[in-house]
Amino acid sequence: MKLILKIWRQKNSKSKGSFVTYIMDDVSPEMSFLEMLDALNKKLVEADKDPVAFDHDCREGICGSCGMYINGHPHGPVPAITTCHLSMRYFKDGETIWIEPWRAKPFPVIKDLIVDRSAFDKIQIAGGFISVNAGAAPEANSILVQKKKSDDAFDSSICIGCGACVAACKNASAMLFVSAKISQFARLPQGRIEARERVRAMVKKMDEVGFGNCSNTGACEAECPKQIKIKNIALLNREFYKAF
Amino acid sequence: MALAGIFLLLFLPVHLGINLMLLKTDPKPFNNVAHFMATFPLIKIFEVVLLGTILIHIFYGIWVQIQNWLARPVGYVSGNKAETSFFSKFMIWTGATILTFLILHFFNFYFIRLGLVPGNPEDFYSVAHSLFKIPAYNYIYLICFVLLGFHLYHAFYSAFQTLGLNHRIWTPLVKVIALIYAIVLPAGFALISVTLWLFR
Repeated sequence: MKLILKIWRQKNSKSKGSFVTYIMDDVSPEMSFLEMLDALNKKLVEADKDPVAFDHDCREGICGSCGMYINGHPHGPVPAITTCHLSMRYFKDGETIWIEPWRAKPFPVIKDLIVDRSAFDKIQIAGGFISVNAGAAPEANSILVQKKKSDDAFDSSICIGCGACVAACKNASAMLFVSAKISQFARLPQGRIEARERVRAMVKKMDEVGFGNCSNTGACEAECPKQIKIKNIALLNREFYKAF
Repeated sequence: MALAGIFLLLFLPVHLGINLMLLKTDPKPFNNVAHFMATFPLIKIFEVVLLGTILIHIFYGIWVQIQNWLARPVGYVSGNKAETSFFSKFMIWTGATILTFLILHFFNFYFIRLGLVPGNPEDFYSVAHSLFKIPAYNYIYLICFVLLGFHLYHAFYSAFQTLGLNHRIWTPLVKVIALIYAIVLPAGFALISVTLWLFR
């Protein structure tokens, strides 16, 4: 496969970036998107040029590191997968691929395609936890949980915090991320104890770090690689109202 | 934002119901209702609440939109191709168009009643009929009500979501009702415009 890559290159957070065009003549359809970038970087290093900086870790779709904006979609045009799971067979021979970093004020570009996502950490630290004494694992049946609630809480908890929801939202809103973190606790009896403080603290922090507001477009749900549903945002809203 | 929006969503059918009296050949029923709306004390309170609601909806909407623009100082070159509701992307612009029309509407009717603009506040029937004889007014009116329909379609569903009401069965039903509301209500206003313009 031959591909024309238009990649955002930015030396550091203070420099002004621009798109640089790279031609890849020997891309295999079996490659993952990150492997294709690895191949590009190998060529760049061999030519004594600065390789493209991009975030990655597990390459198994669970760490949430490999976020990049590909042809108008976070994690590329294929639904419900992360960039590391995106196969090159989804692209056409000769296609031009635009690769950009997440764009949001709270996610400043560190270098090339890497953004600082510590704004998510700040929100998590503000309340995304349950205060318990660490110790031996409690007896599993000591607190009974309804199966439906347990399943819903699990569905919320699979958010990997990649930031695709923010990247996809026209308002750069983090509501889907925050709602997933709120919902996974709000649906369980263990999480109810601090529910009020949690939602207030996390929403406050979300606003402080500069994310936009939710206007219910549903772009986040459409682009989330873990298919987190916007019904979580409705639950977040309910929790927020109840907290006052 | 959502509460103010819901109040406006409830007000619009009332307004349409009164406006449909313009289709009658006798001006009395419309003028009587207009007089009642202008003088009945309870309606005066409602009028203040309505104006307040409109202002809250406008200014809060603008404030939220400014925050949203600031949250993404650099946009994407490859655009945003997420599969979302088409109408949800342009709420600020459809809203701005409706606001422009609202100002025109106030000059044509409400400001006459307040004595700020010359005209007979006891005969809004004739005022409306003479306005709908102007082709340009009808063009503006019809375009604005198409855009109002776009605005209402997303607004109706969005208000429920913002209030925390999202349900596996009821939310799809809300979306169907939103579609019906967003078509029927502007169509009702458009019917008055077209009838008075072309058939009276």
